Amino acid sequence: MQYTFIALVEDKPGVLNRVASLFRRRNFNIESLAVGRTEKTGVSRMTIVTNCENDTDAHKIEANLYKLVNVIDVQDVTRQPSVTRDLALIKVKATPEQRSEINNLVAIFRARIVDVAPDSVIVEATGTEDKVEGMIELLRPIGIMEMVRTGQVAMTRGEHCGIRRTPGANGNGWHPEEIVPVGAD
Amino acid sequence: MKLSGAEILWECLVREGVEVVFGYPGGANMPIYDAMLSYPVHHVLVRHEQGAAHMADGYARASGRVGVAMATSGPGATNLVTGIATAMMDSSPTVFITGQVHAHLIGGDAFQETDVTGITLPITKHNYLITRADEVAEVVREAFYIARSGRPGPVLIDICKNAQIEQTEFEYPADCKLPGYQPPWHAPKSDLQKAVELIEKAKKPVILCGHGVMMSGAEEVLQHFAVKTNTPVAMTLLGLGAFPASHELSLGMMGMHGEAHCNLAIQNADLLLAFGMRFDDRVTGTLATYAPGAKKIHIDIDPSEIHKNVKADVPLVGDLKTVVTDLVPMVDEYEHEEWMMQIKEWKADGDARSIMSWPEDGKLHVSHLVHSLWNATEGGAIVTTDVGQHQMWTAQYYFMEKPKRWLSSGGAGTMGFGLPSAIGAWFAQPDEEVWTVVGDGGFQMTQAELSTAVQENANVKIAIMNNNFLGMVRQWQEFFFEKRYSAVNMRTPDFVKIAEAHGIPARLVTKPEEVQDAITFARNTPGPVLLEFRVEQEEAVYPMVPTGAALDQMLRRPVRQETE
Ligand SMILES: Cc1ncc(C[n+]2csc(CCOP(=O)(O)OP(=O)(O)O)c2C)c(N)n1
Repeated sequence: MQYTFIALVEDKPGVLNRVASLFRRRNFNIESLAVGRTEKTGVSRMTIVTNCENDTDAHKIEANLYKLVNVIDVQDVTRQPSVTRDLALIKVKATPEQRSEINNLVAIFRARIVDVAPDSVIVEATGTEDKVEGMIELLRPIGIMEMVRTGQVAMTRGEHCGIRRTPGANGNGWHPEEIVPVGAD
Repeated sequence: MKLSGAEILWECLVREGVEVVFGYPGGANMPIYDAMLSYPVHHVLVRHEQGAAHMADGYARASGRVGVAMATSGPGATNLVTGIATAMMDSSPTVFITGQVHAHLIGGDAFQETDVTGITLPITKHNYLITRADEVAEVVREAFYIARSGRPGPVLIDICKNAQIEQTEFEYPADCKLPGYQPPWHAPKSDLQKAVELIEKAKKPVILCGHGVMMSGAEEVLQHFAVKTNTPVAMTLLGLGAFPASHELSLGMMGMHGEAHCNLAIQNADLLLAFGMRFDDRVTGTLATYAPGAKKIHIDIDPSEIHKNVKADVPLVGDLKTVVTDLVPMVDEYEHEEWMMQIKEWKADGDARSIMSWPEDGKLHVSHLVHSLWNATEGGAIVTTDVGQHQMWTAQYYFMEKPKRWLSSGGAGTMGFGLPSAIGAWFAQPDEEVWTVVGDGGFQMTQAELSTAVQENANVKIAIMNNNFLGMVRQWQEFFFEKRYSAVNMRTPDFVKIAEAHGIPARLVTKPEEVQDAITFARNTPGPVLLEFRVEQEEAVYPMVPTGAALDQMLRRPVRQETE
């Protein structure tokens, strides 16, 4: 099953390498990893999507992330109310006559054409992974020439936060019982 | 006042209380070696950087303080790698300092440039690359803090040559700013309560005592807890010494070559209390059948150890000493009469098979030799070992009463650890008697450090158990490969002559009646002494849990066996 983690890390050289290397060494698979700045200077945020068998594996990932000195906080947002987004740029073969057909198609997904060339267009699609997948499937028969995706980014809704399964890790005082995991509302 | 990066490094080392460093100079750390001359730190010039790493590790294990080793860039640094991995696997608080090429040359395959932070990323607790002199103070401060706190481990600092030379204002940082690193102390009260409930119900409890007991200084409170709750204590290889071997609650060593009654107790327990141990595959046997009837309380400072190998019913993440101290007033005194009787029965069976009860047969058995050594030193020496059969026999027969006296490469099983770790231990405890028990194979891997021992007049006694075999591998080939011996027969040099060439007094021992005398000779001769024992060549370490077998499916020594 796919699990999604949010990790706050110190914005220092080599931290991405440490995280990636940890996943490789502990034999976990990264499905996608997105990194960027946050509202705090010096802190970067990673959204890591990974395949785990179960919550015990998720615990392992969390606890191992905490072992990295530069990792400040880890949350598992897999089952928490959250907004997740993936962005794709898809270059599709398109004669001038096909453009309007493509335009109609992508409109259904609230995607849009962001570049037009004589024999191709670039479609930008944003949304949950499922939605982006759906878009791609529809465009495939027309002829995808090139595609790039950012990988997921995630944010919990409102006051909700992710699950922290690692009691005592990083002195965060988190303890499963003391946190009431919020279900979908 | 402005100082060079190299001077700042030494200023910081002195403030961290470093008195001795083990190392080897070269192009990329020459400014560090030049600055060293002005500081009150003793430098031990090793013969190979692996030796420096093991010495720093041995120093750390014997003292509980941070051990320091240094090397130049490229090959100097890569020679440290085995020693760093060894320290990592056994959570030894160590700091490694390597020189690196000029910052502006990095990435250009400069002479002796190696990506040392890259190479050591998975075998250090943390590492740093310093490219500017003004980073030195903060990094060194952090490195020592990280190395010794939480779950200790090796930290590597790679310092570019320009950062060693450049001058900058020196200010020793008052504290470390590490937002992502705050080791836990107490476990939550609610979890302690759950643990107590399990402890109260247990009829057949066993404490599993690991290296963490010593790392956290929890020996005393462990004993208090064990005695109060009347719970027997089993030890991992690295946990030996954390609980006195002579104590009536001691079960001795667990695991692959653990004592049979100890493994049987674990397999039949209804509660395991894991104290600072990590359920390594060498102590669990196959996980599927591990202690099937036991609930598990797992206390560890490292949350990633929880549920890693064995699912814990009650995990307690925190500093072991703190957590057990919190637990003691919450538990009562319990009777486990029946359980203790059962264990006694198992133990009696083991004693009957013990090699110690064999009659004298004119041959040298390592177990007997270790026992003689234990007798002669009244169990009080610091003993380091190499890796192999002799290591297991020493673990089995040098009964440790006190902590930080048993130094052995457990997690990594690094051959070559014995001699250099003994030299390091001697620097940590120069007034103690230090012995290293080594095999003929492993000894030759770091034999060059004999020369270091002489140069430093290190008072270490070396006992080589020469069976002319890579004994442990031979044993596996005997048991599991139909005795098809492949690459295990080893011609050895005349070790006595080798010692003498170094100016080290030495003796060859071939008969049991020479043993006492040789040990006395070694103990009474100051400085390094080497004893070579020609031991029984094809002997096996028992009991043995074959890989893939359950912990209680041990190969046992037959009750009455004529020696071959
Ligand atoms: C560096 C290294 N290489 C290989 C091994 C595998 N190994 C484990 S025990 C052993 C045999 C050791 O032989 P010796 O040092 O003579 O000790 P003995 O087992 O005979 O007591 C070997 C080769 C190892 N542990 N470490």
